[in-house]
Amino acid sequence: MQKANSSQPFMPATRKSGARLAWIGRGFLLALALLVLIVLIRSFFDNPQLFAQIAISGLQLGFVYALIALGYTMVYGIVKLINFAHGDVFMAGAFVSFFAVSHFQLHRWPAAVFPGLPPILVTIIGSLTVILLSMVVCALMAVTIERVAYKPLRNAPRIAALITAIGVSFFLEYFGALNFVFSPRFIPYQRPFGVVTWYIYDGIHLVTEGHAPPQGAITFSNIAIIIMVVSILMQLSLQFLVRRTRIGKAMRATAFDKQAAQLMGINVDRIISVTFAIGAAFAGLGGVLYAIAYPSINTLLGVLPGLKAFVAAVLGGIGSIPGAFIGALIMGQAESLTAGYISTPMRDAIAFTILIIVLLVRPTGIFGEPEKEKV
Amino acid sequence: MRAFKITSLFALAAIAVSACASAGGTGGDIKVAILAPLSGPVPTFGVSTRDGALQAIDEWNAKGGINGQKIVPIVEDSQCTPDPAVNAAHKVIDQDKVSFIIGEVCSKASIPVADYANSKKVIMMSPTSTATGVTVDQNGKVKDYIFRACFIDPFQGKVAAKFALDTLKAKTAFIMLDQSNDYVKGLAEAFEAAYTAAGGKIVGKENYTGKDTDFSTILAKVADAKPALVYLPDYYNVVNLVTKQAKEKGITAPFMGGDGWDSPDLDTKAADGGYYTNHYSPDDTSPTVVNFVKAYGAKYKDDKGQPKTPDALAALAYDAGNLLFTAIKNAGSTDTTKVKDALTKINYAGVSGKITYDANHNPVKSAVILHVTGGKVVFDSVVAP
Amino acid sequence: MELDPFSLLISIVKIAVVMAWVYGLLRVMGHASKWVKIGGVIALFAVVQIAILFPLNSPILNNFDTGLLFQACTITMVSLGLNLIYGFNGQFSLGQWGFYGIGAYTAADITYRWTNGDAGGLLVAGIGVVLIGLVILGLNRVLSRFRGLPVLSAFTLYLIGVAIAGAVAFFVGASLSPLLASLFGTSDVPGILRGDLAVQVVFVLSVLIAGAFAAEVAFLFGLPVLTLGSDYFGIATLGFTIVVNTLMVNSDTILPFPEMKGGRGMVGIPQVTTWFYAFVFLLGVVVVMRNVMHSSTGRAILSVREDETASKAMGINIANYKLLAFVTGSLFAGIGGGVYAHYIGFLSPGTFDFILGFNPLIIVVFGGLGSMTGTIVAGFFWMFFLEGMLRVLLGQLGTEAPTWRYVLYPITLLLMMLVRPKGLLGSVEWGFLKPRAVPRRETNQAANGLAGIAPVVK
Repeated sequence: MQKANSSQPFMPATRKSGARLAWIGRGFLLALALLVLIVLIRSFFDNPQLFAQIAISGLQLGFVYALIALGYTMVYGIVKLINFAHGDVFMAGAFVSFFAVSHFQLHRWPAAVFPGLPPILVTIIGSLTVILLSMVVCALMAVTIERVAYKPLRNAPRIAALITAIGVSFFLEYFGALNFVFSPRFIPYQRPFGVVTWYIYDGIHLVTEGHAPPQGAITFSNIAIIIMVVSILMQLSLQFLVRRTRIGKAMRATAFDKQAAQLMGINVDRIISVTFAIGAAFAGLGGVLYAIAYPSINTLLGVLPGLKAFVAAVLGGIGSIPGAFIGALIMGQAESLTAGYISTPMRDAIAFTILIIVLLVRPTGIFGEPEKEKV
Repeated sequence: MRAFKITSLFALAAIAVSACASAGGTGGDIKVAILAPLSGPVPTFGVSTRDGALQAIDEWNAKGGINGQKIVPIVEDSQCTPDPAVNAAHKVIDQDKVSFIIGEVCSKASIPVADYANSKKVIMMSPTSTATGVTVDQNGKVKDYIFRACFIDPFQGKVAAKFALDTLKAKTAFIMLDQSNDYVKGLAEAFEAAYTAAGGKIVGKENYTGKDTDFSTILAKVADAKPALVYLPDYYNVVNLVTKQAKEKGITAPFMGGDGWDSPDLDTKAADGGYYTNHYSPDDTSPTVVNFVKAYGAKYKDDKGQPKTPDALAALAYDAGNLLFTAIKNAGSTDTTKVKDALTKINYAGVSGKITYDANHNPVKSAVILHVTGGKVVFDSVVAP
Repeated sequence: MELDPFSLLISIVKIAVVMAWVYGLLRVMGHASKWVKIGGVIALFAVVQIAILFPLNSPILNNFDTGLLFQACTITMVSLGLNLIYGFNGQFSLGQWGFYGIGAYTAADITYRWTNGDAGGLLVAGIGVVLIGLVILGLNRVLSRFRGLPVLSAFTLYLIGVAIAGAVAFFVGASLSPLLASLFGTSDVPGILRGDLAVQVVFVLSVLIAGAFAAEVAFLFGLPVLTLGSDYFGIATLGFTIVVNTLMVNSDTILPFPEMKGGRGMVGIPQVTTWFYAFVFLLGVVVVMRNVMHSSTGRAILSVREDETASKAMGINIANYKLLAFVTGSLFAGIGGGVYAHYIGFLSPGTFDFILGFNPLIIVVFGGLGSMTGTIVAGFFWMFFLEGMLRVLLGQLGTEAPTWRYVLYPITLLLMMLVRPKGLLGSVEWGFLKPRAVPRRETNQAANGLAGIAPVVK
């Protein structure tokens, strides 16, 4: 206990200004940043192709995180709840698409209904249907969760809702793992469309089975491109929704002041439900794309991406949509570069260290607004 | 002192209740505990282990039990985590008065359970814990009452290295390993040691963590190093992801792994061309294996209603049960010191080969090499110890 | 196997007995007479001790029960620490599990080395903890002369100071330890330091050192991070738990501790935790916590939670009180970790996974934020319900039932939160923990204030 007392304040009557010593802290951070920069630049010049390859896989990861992070940040912005079950909604999205594809062949329906359709259209329409179905199911699921578990606690202490969220998360993971639900196995995921890989080496070539691309080629796949495009589209449409539509205005009002919004005639409960639904739909979309990119799924699959996406949202400034996006991209790169150049086992540790350092410099994240004092 | 009164009242009740409980003890049955991770990180292993062990118990009971005594299974969830596993062990040993344990599956849970079981003179037969520390303590002393049904990491790594060099003629290898997984790490180290000792060259070694899904960074390095073989001794779920991403990146080197690959969920298309060492092959035509596969399939169905093919975990749990029961039969009593002695002298032909025990209570038995080809896993060869 | 209602009854009775025992303990400790107090505590300790020992061949409390008891004691210590940080001080921390892990590994390493004839662990850690403590104290005195010192600068200075102190401790400890080598003897001819008594003493020291070390890490980490807002602080501390876990996994490769064996888990830790130690350490933590909370320091800590602006206006140095609560809470976690390590005798990074790190939080909320009694009751109940009753119950419902464990647990949690969002006991305190010096009317107000964190809804 003598230790604990040591942090007791000592407040002499006359004190010198400590602002003069600010350089120490700044110098420390600068030294850290410099170190990272040197490592990065050195590794870039060591092997530029490898660097590019690693950066591409970081981008792919970052864009998936972005899709999940949007849901976290929206829900947090409006009800100030860390929705731990969000990662499990993401998992559910992957599973819905798995059942749709493997058990019901939903991705082939255009071919069954219109036999003359060209295969490329069949694939596109079929895959879109699968994705839409997952998004709708996830949205419904999130609204149900919100109604059953979170709504009764809206006026309870905030922590009660948080514990409930943890409970819901456990429930989804382990109820899903029961044998008659999804079973606890890692299930090989059947993709609704094939993955095609290209490599860049004197122009763009297709990678074919059994022929390794030449040394120094940079490979990328159609799923990486799809993830990036979809993620950017979703981000833009969400921006549009929030900034330019009536419901977006109502959402912003609710986030700003729930009671005042209510007084202005906004149906706050409905807005909260809509927010959950939109966030979950994005998570469902992310789940499908994630499963296509990394095709082995089980019920715990949402835990880590969910956590990382949440960290990304915090990094960018939770409550801010562009923040979530930028945060996710940084997170993806940080992970990928750490894995590539420092040490894979330390990857999560380093991602979190970055988070902590960023928060120390900008306490509410990169795009976050300064916290209002609760008085 | 109201508090005292309440406390002592409850205490008296508890004493009375537990006195009755211990009086209503065992009859002529042999209680066997099955500690399996039915929840937690690897529930599939738990389910296979439980089913395999229960299969053995049912067969013995159908034959009239051991020396006329029926076997009663007690299944406990040990979660592949030390705390719950130890709690489960305490419960079955002290509460249910069990003298025989089949389990745990994961080494990190088996080690503390083994320590406790050994101190209580309870025989523990781990079907699949491969770490040396399960049967031997940190000073190299054998834990008298602890046995296992699987071969240990060094042996499997050695077999893989020998096969890679002699049969596949692969002179260069790349190792991918999960630093946080003792099983993977053990196999990788054993492989590396045996491979380099026999003249092979390790051209690269990369770590990942078991929760990873994106391996493109590591695979980029594999593509750069151009090895003749990639050694990936992880579980099927990781193998599925890695081999799929490797195929998409155009990596042609064959992958090789250990018994963790063995699962009906192994993606045989992605892992095509790969090899792995295993405890047994369900395609084996020896009557023991054929009968086991048939009986298991008759008892357990998968989600489509088809008979399940037992994986290595089920086979080992089945062998573990049979080893234990044969030893009890040989000893002619359920006295654990006698059963322990019977186990050290056992010579049992199980599904995973002929088993005898060495001085460290590790089974001496052969390994099989399986080849993933044409969407199927086929038997390649047997490697004797 | 069919359900045996009898054994279920036993588990329920056991839970009731434990609850009654906790109630009795807190009541006698709160008794006015010193002799009743001491006698009562000893009697309640002895009741359990006798139940552990007698009857000789099948004691009333078998190893299953005592195991639960030890784990309940450690989880209660950890949760009490968290309650101090979160419940009383309002800092939403998920880092408690990391400090628990640090404590467990530190204490385990010291005794492991000792039992293998190496006093270096104890010497380096002991000297290090004292030196680092002195450096922090000294720097605190110096730095408090600067007004408005940026927290990052302060952190950098502390970091440098601690690094130097650590290095000095390492060299001093490493050079002193060979001097003791002769006293250890060999494993065949054990010297005096290998004796049982020495191991017991080292165990107690190691637990205290582990607690102090966790507290010092908490100081260094908390100093900059406590400036963050509530949820940001929560995520940063979650990150801390994950970083600590990663370091554990790599303890033999990135960190220089081959005996910890990384992901394989550390074996060979002497299992010296007995009921006596578990009880005494828990008692110590409860007494310290209660005395802190009932002092002016405790009221300052509470005021920070209630209203930072108002307490600042009252002249309370908010940053310092946040740090004090955080450091003390981590000290408890470290002690809990040390006791745990020597109960189980085996440490694996899987035990300190961040998912399990929600457990203390769940216990604290379950018992009621800002209620010490609630945390103690919830800690014991949680362990005896989840690991005790549920295990017995599910074990009897057939071979498929254990998979339902983690389905029933969250359902219980959800129901609990829906029915009693303020926790099992709300803000009730029993006997010893009841605030006494304050007049009746104010107690009620304080109690209402304790009930929950200030709601965010404006």
